[in-house]
Amino acid sequence: MKFRVERDALADAVAWTAKSLPSRPSVPVLAGAMLRVTDGRLQVSGFDYEVSNQVDVEVQADADGATLVSGRLLAEITKALPAKPVEMAAVGSHLELVCGSARFTLPTMPVEDYPSLPELPASAGRVDAPTFAAAVAQVAMAAGRDETLPMMTGVRIELSGDKLALLATDRYRLAVREITWAPDDPSIDVNALVPARTLADTAKTLGPLGGEVTIALGGSGGGAGEGMIGFVGGTRRTTSRLLDGQSYPPVRSLFAPSYSSEARVTVPALIEVVKRVALVAEKATPVRLSFSEDGLVVEAGGTEEARASEAMETVVPFTGETMTVAFNPQYLLEGLSALGAPTAVFSFNDPFKPAVITPAGEDGAVIEGFRYLIMPIRVGR
Amino acid sequence: MWSTSDILHVDMDAFFASVEIRRRPALRGLPVVVGGTGNRGVVTSATYEARAFGIRSAMPAMRARALCPHAIFLPGDMQAYAEASRAVMALFREFTPLVEQLSVDEAFLDVSGARRLFGTPEEIAVLIRRRMAAEQQLTCSIGVAPNKFLAKLGSTRAKPDGMIVIPPDGVLEFLHPLPVSALWGVGKRTEESLRRMGLSTVGDVAQASRAMLRAAVGQAAAEHLHELAWGRDSRRVSTERVDKSLGSETTFETDVADAEALRRTILWLSQQVATRARAADTAGRTISVKLRFADFRTITRSRTLHTPTDVAQEIFRTAVELTEAARGGQKLRLIGVRLEGLVEVAGSARQPALDEPEHSWRDAEVATDAVTAKFGRGVVRPASLVKKRPEQGSPARPQT
Repeated sequence: MKFRVERDALADAVAWTAKSLPSRPSVPVLAGAMLRVTDGRLQVSGFDYEVSNQVDVEVQADADGATLVSGRLLAEITKALPAKPVEMAAVGSHLELVCGSARFTLPTMPVEDYPSLPELPASAGRVDAPTFAAAVAQVAMAAGRDETLPMMTGVRIELSGDKLALLATDRYRLAVREITWAPDDPSIDVNALVPARTLADTAKTLGPLGGEVTIALGGSGGGAGEGMIGFVGGTRRTTSRLLDGQSYPPVRSLFAPSYSSEARVTVPALIEVVKRVALVAEKATPVRLSFSEDGLVVEAGGTEEARASEAMETVVPFTGETMTVAFNPQYLLEGLSALGAPTAVFSFNDPFKPAVITPAGEDGAVIEGFRYLIMPIRVGR
Repeated sequence: MWSTSDILHVDMDAFFASVEIRRRPALRGLPVVVGGTGNRGVVTSATYEARAFGIRSAMPAMRARALCPHAIFLPGDMQAYAEASRAVMALFREFTPLVEQLSVDEAFLDVSGARRLFGTPEEIAVLIRRRMAAEQQLTCSIGVAPNKFLAKLGSTRAKPDGMIVIPPDGVLEFLHPLPVSALWGVGKRTEESLRRMGLSTVGDVAQASRAMLRAAVGQAAAEHLHELAWGRDSRRVSTERVDKSLGSETTFETDVADAEALRRTILWLSQQVATRARAADTAGRTISVKLRFADFRTITRSRTLHTPTDVAQEIFRTAVELTEAARGGQKLRLIGVRLEGLVEVAGSARQPALDEPEHSWRDAEVATDAVTAKFGRGVVRPASLVKKRPEQGSPARPQT
């Protein structure tokens, strides 16, 4: 194997593959980045039995072949290289890398010991890459991090006709985003539970590439790619094992059929106020939002500890009885930031039931497609 | 280095046993052991008469019986000891507000501000011991020293019913001849490592080079030991000590393998822990279980929850999972449940889950607390605990 490649393209490719490599691999070869040259193209791949990443880079190939080197080390090296063409060649059990006047010799691992990457499941359809990336970013933060509740660590993707819905919850808040996509089969009706971190990383990578992302989903019939999902965008592809989502709770039913009161608040102003007031809120203690005809008062802290309060206006005057709701400030801030809109609409029934936050335009008109459900903190015994 | 010796460590002598003798004066002068009335219990306290036979705290009752068959074994009465403890602590607080309670029967007192009112630290120690005997009919041992570490060493050396004053210029004279095991943090293994290096007294440790200490016990411990060996301890007497964990454990009358029986015991222990947590307005995120197998092998397993809890049902569920995962079907001799990482339930705020019913287990348990407060313990309890008493031997020992 011998080739010449542009430094930036190589560094990007290696950095991306190396990022998902396990830091403590179950077998040493899994810490490797596989470099394979065929037909004038370099394929860089990484795999940890759960997630596989693969990217194609155009190179000037002198000789085909494959080699396996430490992904992390190669990533650090390529990042530090000067902006000059890079020459790489497999020599015996080593990889020689020359860039300008810098020269590296890296030990290689046996290519034949490296597991073969899972096959990409069949394509299910395509979605606009930036839209998909934005949608994933809106919901993924609501997924749980508690490994003892594996189902909550996933983002549920529901594919129904030309609707693509993403749902995530950690049992304390729930984010739902609905977008449209182009299914290969217009009557498709399937869902999949994807590890949230993998999905977030993948979407973050594929979004800026533009174009479309192909979603590939293994059937349940025991064929190739069962229990797998794949994402392809540009020259990059990722596969991930799915989580078992068979008993995923019917979370949509947590939204009430109707809400008795509504408040509209300017998002950037509220985020600032909550951040400021929350400074006195110790871990796991709430910020309290009181909506009344006079506007909104945000408070935190108790009678004996530090206290803070700040008043702000609502976009349209709040009507009805004063509503005081307490939230975990982190959940509230993450929800507000996820709205991606100038105005937030709070919908309530009572201070102890889940509240909904939806995005709205400057004029206060609700923008459909995203809902964030948040369970208030109960204060008092 | 030190200006004055104004830290007191007061340690009650054979506390539980002494409280028993106080209400049964006929037992005075006899070997009395508290705990381990059953076959399987553990000694929680023993009079000095009993200790003369080699009986020690935490010793299996069986062994204590073998050592001294004619000793008087009494069941523990935690309520009485807690009451006595409160009275003792109240006595300390009459001398200084700076009382750091370490457990039911010992405390550090900073009397630096009490000189005007009550005299020198030494005079205060004498006064405390005199009033303790007169008002509580209990004896205690006191160490008076420039810091907490030395004060505690002093009271240990003064036991029973004595006191030692370590003046600032007498620290090294007192400290250096002591065996290394006197240093706080030196257990059997560290002691052995030090001995292998030829360090057997505190003085040896003080004179040893840092490099040598590091080689024996590692970087962090070396620094720590070196400081202590020179009598240095910068910890203040802190009145705000909040318990970091609370737990309850029980030793079975006979080893138990039956999962159902264990579940009942775990439920019972979880309830005790949760009730105490709620009473103290605290909740904990980490739940741990302690399992002792038939061969005395003891393990602990823990899990951290998303949010702090003070709900018996949540503690129970987690504790059962931990137990069953770690037990592998083996018989257990002892089981304990502990709630760790305690935080104050600030403003009693709690984050419920989205799918949580409006009236939760917690509400039911809080209602039970109220009924218990009015009608006494055990009036309301889970159905599974109604008929059968949970498998248990010695009374569950509340621990802080």
